[in-house]
Amino acid sequence: MTSPVALRARDLAVWRGERCLFEGLDFDLAERQLAVVIGPNGAGKTTLLRVLAGLSLPSAGTLTWHGAPVGSLPLEQRGAIAYRGHLDGLKKDLTVLENLRFHATIWGGSAAVEPLLQELKLVEVANSRVRHLSAGQQRRTALATLKLSNAKLWILDEPTTNLDAEGRARILDWIRQHRAAGGAAVVATHQPDEFSEPGTLLMEL
Amino acid sequence: MNAFSMILARDLRIAFRRFGEVSTPLLFFVIVVSLFPLALSPNADVLREVGTGVLWVSALLSSLLALEGLFRGDADDGSLEQLMLSPVPLGITVLAKVAAHWLIAVLPLIALVPVLALSYALPLQALPTMIAALLLATPTLSVLIAIGAALTVSLRRGGSLVGLLILPMTAPLLIFGSRATDFGVHGEPTAGPLYLLAALAVSAVALGPVAIAAAIRVGVE
Repeated sequence: MTSPVALRARDLAVWRGERCLFEGLDFDLAERQLAVVIGPNGAGKTTLLRVLAGLSLPSAGTLTWHGAPVGSLPLEQRGAIAYRGHLDGLKKDLTVLENLRFHATIWGGSAAVEPLLQELKLVEVANSRVRHLSAGQQRRTALATLKLSNAKLWILDEPTTNLDAEGRARILDWIRQHRAAGGAAVVATHQPDEFSEPGTLLMEL
Repeated sequence: MNAFSMILARDLRIAFRRFGEVSTPLLFFVIVVSLFPLALSPNADVLREVGTGVLWVSALLSSLLALEGLFRGDADDGSLEQLMLSPVPLGITVLAKVAAHWLIAVLPLIALVPVLALSYALPLQALPTMIAALLLATPTLSVLIAIGAALTVSLRRGGSLVGLLILPMTAPLLIFGSRATDFGVHGEPTAGPLYLLAALAVSAVALGPVAIAAAIRVGVE
């Protein structure tokens, strides 16, 4: 079974000043496929992920999502790419519930907020401001917002940081479910063994 | 539209929870305006002469102070990236944010103007014109400052740079706004400059979001 190509990169290069982070990067990411990006600190993993999400422009090369350039997706494809980086994307002065409701409205996802709180054991802190949560709870809240979108491509930058064993297992499970539902994912990590399985696209920077 | 009101409500809610930060530009406005009589002269004739200009320039600087960090909070916690990737067009998002900050920071400032105008012995008859001119000029001003705020979003100390970028462009607002107020003080017809300010406001609100969105994409690299 071969799935159609979702994300296609051709001759991608990123320069930061005089320094070349990577160049000549070619890959095809199919629907239901997982790509794992590995490399030492400072190799450009985060930069690559931001380029894939369309937040930064590559210095050279083309990057298309179902044939459309990632930087200017057509209206019906907007919101197809979700990115979770080192920053949580949560407002610290709003409560967990307010943050999640906001994301649900903006991203127009179909998942309900309450079951998600239970799944992530955030019910007790649902009405606390994010500022007062532990790092792990903040991380879980940030990952919960992933489920509130209808994004087809998840781009995750070291998603297991600050998570306990249970949280790590959950995020791996979510990625598996997401791919089973036809989604694709790109994950940057220092523990590729956690994510790798047959068919995984491994990118080393 | 739902997204617009959601973003507007979110920013208002955050502002009410950090009231201290929001009220700083207002206090700045009151203090700057009160300093001029100390430096110039408490003579009512002198104050009436300079009052219009003092109030307009102070309002301009206070708005700059209030809005230069419009996008920095969202950039620092990653919300801006999320808003950029979300299905909501970035133009709608930035318009909602500018509207929220206009309501929080600029509208209370305009509400203070009558009191401060009286302390400058400006005639009561000039007040409606002055308020109208401020209400028409500040949306344009907010959009201009938002463009500067978007361009400097990734700079740690972007505030003074926004001033350098934007203040020269606010000259027309200052000229027409204080001219309208001056006409009001002397009992002359004020429709001309007010219409011009209104035209500027309409174009700023219509075209501004596109410019701000483009500036954010450049600023966030």
